[in-house]
Amino acid sequence: MDEINKRQFAKDHGLTDEEYKKINYKLKREPNFTEIGVLGAMWSEHCSYKSSKIHLKKLPTEGPQVIQGPGENAGVVDIGDDDCVVFKMESHNHPSFIEPYQGAATGVGGILRDIFTMGARPVALLDSLRFGNPKLPKTKFLVEGIVSGIAGYGNCIGIPTVGGEVYFDDCYNGNPLVNVFALGIAKKDGIFKGYAEGIGNPVIYVGSKTGRDGIQGAIMASDTFTEESEQKRPAVQVGDPFTEKLLLEACLELFKTDIVVGIQDMGAAGLTSSSTEMAERAETGLEIDIDKVPRREENMNAYEILLSESQERMLIVLKKGKEDEANKIFKKWGLDFSVIGKVTNTKKLTIIENGETVCDLPIDLITSDAPMYDRPFEKPAYINELKKINLDEIPEPDDLNESLLEVLASPTIANKKWVYEQYDYMVRTNTVTGPGSDASVIRIKDTNKAVAITSNCNSRYCYLNPREGTKIAVCENARNLACSGAVPLAITDCLNFGNPEKPEIMWQLKESIEGMAEAVNALGTPVVSGNVSLYNETEGTAIFPTPTIAMVGLIKDVNKTVNQWFKDDGDVIILLGDTLNEIGGSEYLKVVHNKIDGLAPKIDLIKEKALIDTLIECANESIIKSAHDISEGGLAATISECCFNPNELKGALINSEPLKENGYRNDVLLFSESQSRAIVTTDKENIQKLKDIAAKNNLSIKLIGVVVGEKLVIENILDVSTKKAYDAWSNGFENTLFN
Amino acid sequence: MANFGVVLFPGSNCDHDCYYAIKKVLNQNCNFIWHEDTDLNGIDCIVIPGGFSYGDYLRTGAIARFSPVMNSVAEMAEKGTPVIGICNGFQILVESGLLPGSFLHNSSLKFVCKWINARVENTNTPFTYNLTENETLKIPVANGEGNFFISDENLKDIQSQVVFRYSDSNSNTTGNSNPNGSTDNIAGISNQNGNVLGMMPHPERSFEKIVGSDDGRKIFESVINWIETKN
Repeated sequence: MDEINKRQFAKDHGLTDEEYKKINYKLKREPNFTEIGVLGAMWSEHCSYKSSKIHLKKLPTEGPQVIQGPGENAGVVDIGDDDCVVFKMESHNHPSFIEPYQGAATGVGGILRDIFTMGARPVALLDSLRFGNPKLPKTKFLVEGIVSGIAGYGNCIGIPTVGGEVYFDDCYNGNPLVNVFALGIAKKDGIFKGYAEGIGNPVIYVGSKTGRDGIQGAIMASDTFTEESEQKRPAVQVGDPFTEKLLLEACLELFKTDIVVGIQDMGAAGLTSSSTEMAERAETGLEIDIDKVPRREENMNAYEILLSESQERMLIVLKKGKEDEANKIFKKWGLDFSVIGKVTNTKKLTIIENGETVCDLPIDLITSDAPMYDRPFEKPAYINELKKINLDEIPEPDDLNESLLEVLASPTIANKKWVYEQYDYMVRTNTVTGPGSDASVIRIKDTNKAVAITSNCNSRYCYLNPREGTKIAVCENARNLACSGAVPLAITDCLNFGNPEKPEIMWQLKESIEGMAEAVNALGTPVVSGNVSLYNETEGTAIFPTPTIAMVGLIKDVNKTVNQWFKDDGDVIILLGDTLNEIGGSEYLKVVHNKIDGLAPKIDLIKEKALIDTLIECANESIIKSAHDISEGGLAATISECCFNPNELKGALINSEPLKENGYRNDVLLFSESQSRAIVTTDKENIQKLKDIAAKNNLSIKLIGVVVGEKLVIENILDVSTKKAYDAWSNGFENTLFN
Repeated sequence: MANFGVVLFPGSNCDHDCYYAIKKVLNQNCNFIWHEDTDLNGIDCIVIPGGFSYGDYLRTGAIARFSPVMNSVAEMAEKGTPVIGICNGFQILVESGLLPGSFLHNSSLKFVCKWINARVENTNTPFTYNLTENETLKIPVANGEGNFFISDENLKDIQSQVVFRYSDSNSNTTGNSNPNGSTDNIAGISNQNGNVLGMMPHPERSFEKIVGSDDGRKIFESVINWIETKN
């Protein structure tokens, strides 16, 4: 291959002229065909984080609870008594757009491998999904495909999908988001890492055979979309959850022996990334005989094998001489097992094909020498055009009952049972609170503990104000957890943004990360894992900035778990926190007035902390019977959801006087999305205790009503039967999408 | 104390749930039986758990029936040992010919996971020995091909073998209470002897109130009681 062709070949692999020059300079020679493939994949945005790394460094990643922060396959957090949770969230946006079923399915498979490769048994999945306008045929196609892909994989492997979120917004018309979170449980001394240690130790390949699927997947995931993108379908992998189930059980059986040195799953960039990352961490080299890799297609060359993203494969470094012991386990589970190489002291990735060296690259060149850009950023023009909404220009609806029904039926707020009933959310018999409440709660067998998990991001707020919007995303997670009674511990994130080469997008990314850092510091919930998905653009239009955050919390006594539903007539309804005149960016404004405008709600991190501490203390003292945070749809939607108890619909009688103190309009009282608020209920006897706890935390508290009857009444403002509200909410999703 | 055996096929995924329910909640003896094992001596009750045996890539349960363990299960069933197949386990028992009928995709064509009510139709089995006719049990279903089908003609012959029907909480077998389109709301069925039970709902998932219901426990308590009485 001549030099010009090589340059073009490098370009096709996403390497710029500058980057290609750097490779030549560092290598003191020209890379060959296979080496360009390896470097193209590993220097891609998806694998190298070259645009985001410089800002990601600002994120707090440490704390006494953190056992493993970012840099491994998943984060590990201490939950006491030698137990720990292992979790991570990852995006599978690009593949899901091109092939929704397989794209979403392999997203689930990939994140599960990240968890069990650490030695943990996965026990829960969450899915954070974002789609375009629900009326578009393409959206329906994507919803059907992505939901059934998640169900197909998660149900088969037997890990419950216990929650998540589904949002609709026109900004995702050409670019849906599929962010999958998985959590596993392990013992502190049972954590495994991706280290290729011990010169001469054997390198083992286990799992499915390698095929030609997914070649260049990482490079595809680092590009924007055009009409031709659908031709990239062969770059999407195909999932086999049955094989992954066998691989999971075989690996967990292997971990019970003491013969594993290091292990890593083959995810993006397949064998290439797993081998180089394992060598990088241990500061060693690897020599791999590519002919020993099990394959399902004939005549595959080293380039294809190295860059294939075939699923359900693992790379393991064993203690020398223990190959047979390990082989027995994989044989029992009917999986391929092959010794493909050894750990060396060369600090190089050496690939042998037919006895010849076809790749001989320093590990440093592939990993730490990958470019890191400080890309220019600039505040986008649209931000300056946002204005405070002038309420006078927005007519107050004559019938606020009707407005509430519209808001409840909006598919972003409506009941998601069409989605979650397709997921097995109960397998493993740990689901204390499943989909539909603020946080999902999973008990940990043989202990009295439970973990609460949740994910959130209101991207409309992030579009209007990336910094505040991201803070809100972090805080809403913590608030959701606190509503269940859990103490927030740590977060994982998926940063979904547009093309970072545009300064306006880079500004959104930078602002968002800085906002996340502020909130994380205030709440003491460090970032322990995550990923970045850039180039979420189709035909030049970017999605709203969407930093999806998932948070994990601990409930020390599972019997003290709180959920959002009103329990008994006569219980007192209490509003915690302050309502402000904040309908900018609200669901009400979008659904009823068709506007995405105004300023995003502000967040006061001190007030938020006060609310969270109050909720946790109330749960610990068992003095609240329900707790639900106020988010999309405001106070009115929140109280409605509290009434939708799955066992029996409830009613509420609310006194509007305490709500009217600030003199706001009625629609503002009902639908403002002011942050740091929650609705709780309690027995009459516990009111004073609750007031004392709130006062201690400096949190405002208002007794606003009682649980009673079969209607939702806010005196002189709202009067609607719970059944009618429930029907609107319950059928809204299906009616909007499929009728 | 009764000896339970939980059969493990590649792809079973409710095996641990059954084990936990029997061993930890009910304090009985419980062991896993690998699908290649054939020695089931000493087992008082065989449990074929749910999941996706062999990925269900062919018809559900169609490959698992050929596993070596299934011949032994058939022999034990013939001798009168209680055998319960749950969800995928039910499908395997049907494919093995130990129970009548067949399975179709759910009428919604989608996987469905939700709480249902199972009405007790028949108390002449070891598994329903302690229960009352017409009582309802709150138990979840989670299946994609849980739509039990049997022809009208054969349905007449098996009426006495129907053990559970989907119903509402007031014991009415309505169309709305049927989660998957099963013929005649059938949720569980036994062989003629009554010792082999297949059911689509998952009793092992409703063993403790903390996870939503403990009604499923009654089915296992019943068989334990039956075994103890018989011994």
